[in-house]
Amino acid sequence: MPLKRKIQELKKKREEVQMGGGEKAIEKQMAMGKLTARERILSILDEDSFNEYDLFVEHDARDFNMDKKKLHGDGVIIGTGTIDYCPVCIFAQDFTVAGGSLGSMHARKITKIMDHALKMKMPLIGINDSGGARIQEGVNSLAGYGEIFFRNTISSGVIPQISVILGPCAGGAVYSPALTDFVFVVDNISKMFITGPEVIKTVIGEEISMEELGGARVQSEMTGNAHFFAENEKDCFEQIKSLLSFIPPNNDKKSKVYAPKDPKPEFKVENIVPGDPTQPYDIRNVIRGLVDNSDFFEVQELWASNMVIGFGRMNGETVGFVCNQPLVLAGVLDVDSSDKAARFIRYCDSFNIPIVTLVDLPGYLPGVDQEHAGVIRHGAKVLYAYSEATVPKVTVIVRKAYGGGYIAMGSRHLRADFVFAWPSAEIAVMGPEGAANIIFRKEITTAEDPEKMRKQKVKEYKEKFANPYVAAAKGYIDSVIEPEETRKVLLHCIDVSKQKQISMPRKKHGIPPF
Amino acid sequence: MSTQTLEQPVTTVSNKTIESECGKGNIRCKNLVVNGTKYKTRLTTKYEKRKKWELPNRKQVNALIPGTIQKIFVAEGQEVKEGDEMLILEAMKMQNRIMFPYDGKVKKIHVATGDRISKGAMLIEYE
Repeated sequence: MPLKRKIQELKKKREEVQMGGGEKAIEKQMAMGKLTARERILSILDEDSFNEYDLFVEHDARDFNMDKKKLHGDGVIIGTGTIDYCPVCIFAQDFTVAGGSLGSMHARKITKIMDHALKMKMPLIGINDSGGARIQEGVNSLAGYGEIFFRNTISSGVIPQISVILGPCAGGAVYSPALTDFVFVVDNISKMFITGPEVIKTVIGEEISMEELGGARVQSEMTGNAHFFAENEKDCFEQIKSLLSFIPPNNDKKSKVYAPKDPKPEFKVENIVPGDPTQPYDIRNVIRGLVDNSDFFEVQELWASNMVIGFGRMNGETVGFVCNQPLVLAGVLDVDSSDKAARFIRYCDSFNIPIVTLVDLPGYLPGVDQEHAGVIRHGAKVLYAYSEATVPKVTVIVRKAYGGGYIAMGSRHLRADFVFAWPSAEIAVMGPEGAANIIFRKEITTAEDPEKMRKQKVKEYKEKFANPYVAAAKGYIDSVIEPEETRKVLLHCIDVSKQKQISMPRKKHGIPPF
Repeated sequence: MSTQTLEQPVTTVSNKTIESECGKGNIRCKNLVVNGTKYKTRLTTKYEKRKKWELPNRKQVNALIPGTIQKIFVAEGQEVKEGDEMLILEAMKMQNRIMFPYDGKVKKIHVATGDRISKGAMLIEYE
C-alpha cells in the first residue's frame, strides 16, 4: 500500500474515533446544555495548541460481552497544550462514550497524562464528566481510581491540580477532585456526591434531588468542596485562565510577573473603613485599594464568606490575601472560615506566593454548635498553617484584633515577618466590655451605681488598651501606619523579603490538625 | 463507586429496604439491602434522633448568628428588592446589616427592636 493511502487511512480512523460516542450521543450531550469533551478542551487551550495522545486506545474487558463493544478512546481524551502560552496537561472524560464510565484503560490514559504533568512539572487540568465506575470491568476499574488518587496526592504541592466538574462526578470518583487544589463547578451541570439520592432514599428514607444534594450551588455555598462557581461553561473556562495567570506552573517557579499598575482611585482605603468599630464594611474594597489595578481574584467567594481569600498582584507579582470580612457574621473565625484560611495559606506556602493578612475580627464565634463541630481542631489549623509557612508573611491590623483571633491571624508570634497596625487598631486580650467586667468585678459590684461604674471602667479600659500602642511598645507590631501608606509599605516589605530563607527542624512531615 | 453503567445493565439490583427488627432488649437492629448486598446494622441513638433534611423554605429569612435586633427598616406588606436593608442585628461587637436576599413582599416580621434572638430564629417571612 502506498504511503499516501496509509495516510488517508489514518485520517479516516482519526475522524471516526474523534466522533466519540457518535452523533446521537453528542446530540444528547448538547440537549443537556453541555459541550462535548473535545469542544471543552479546545475552548480552554490556546488555538491549535492541543496535542492528543492515546487516541487509539481500546479497552481490554472480555466479560459480559464487552469484547464485542468498541469504545472510542475508552471514554477519555488526554493531551498537552498551552493556555496563554504556558504549557499544561489536560484530560477530559467523554460522557458520550459509555457515559464516561471509568474502566482500566480509561484510568491508564488519565494516569499517563498525570505522570507527564508531574515529570514535566506543569499544571494538570482534569475535566470530570462521568457516570462512575464501569461495572463490567469490576475491580479493575476500582484499581484505576486508586491509581489516580495516589498520583493526585503525590503531585499535591508540586504542580497545580485543577478539577473541572462538568457533569456527574459521583461515588469514589469525587475523591480525585477533592484531592486537587481547585475545583470549578457550573450551575445546573455539575453534580458531586458520594452516595446518590437513590441510596439515600433506600438507607435513610430521605428524598432529595441530585441538584439539592450535590449541585453546583450546594458545593460552592454549603460544603466548600468547590472553589469557583460559574453560570455556564464559557465563564468557567475564563475563570480557569484567570486563576492560571496568578499561580506558578510548579513549586520551583514563581508566578508570571505582569506590568505594575496603581490601584483605581475610587478604592481609597482610608474612606472605606469606618472609624466606629461596630460598623461593618466590605474588606474586599480595602484589598482592591491595595492591589495592582484593583484586580482581586477571589477564591471560594460563596462559602464561609466571613473569611476572604484570593489572589492579587503587587508590583506585578502575585500575592495571596487572607482577610477577615466584617460584612459577614461580623468577621468571626469559625469552623468553616478556619478551614478555608488554613488550606489557602498552605497553598500559597507550597507555591512561593507571599501572604498578606488583613485583620479585623472580634474573635472566635461562641456557641454550642461551633464547639460541638470541633472549632478547637479546626481553629488550630489556622495557627498551624501560619506557623509552618515560610513564604514572606506581612500582616496589617486594620481594626479589631482580640484574644485568640489576634494570635491566629498571622501575628508576630507565629513568625509574621512584618506586622503593621492602623491607628484605628484595637489589640487586646479581649473586648473592653468583657475585660472590664472581669478585671473590675469587685469595684463594679460594690459600687453604689454598678451600671455607671461599669460604663466608666469600660471607658477607662478602652482608652488604655483598645489601641495599637500597647502592642507597639512591646515590638509585637513593627509600626503604626497611616492607611494610605499601606500599599507603599506592603510593596516595600514584599520586595525586601525576596531572599527570605528559613530552616525548619528535620522531619518527615508534621501532623496538622486535619 | 456509583452505579452508572453501559446501556445494558449487567445485573439487576434490588434496592428494597427490609424493615425487619432483629435486636434484643434496648438494642434495635435493622436489615438493609443496598445494591444487592444484605446488611444487618445496629441503630445508634444519634441516627434515631437525627434531624431529617428538609427543603429550605425560600419564603423565610433566618438569623445566621445570635444577637440583638437594633433597628428594623421595613414594615409588613412592604415591597422589597434584593439587597435592600432589612434590619440591624447587633452581634459579636458589630452592627450587622441584614439585607433582603431577593425581591418580594414582606408578609410578616417575626422580631421587634430590642429582641435577643438565637441562631436560626426566623426574622421575616416573604409573601
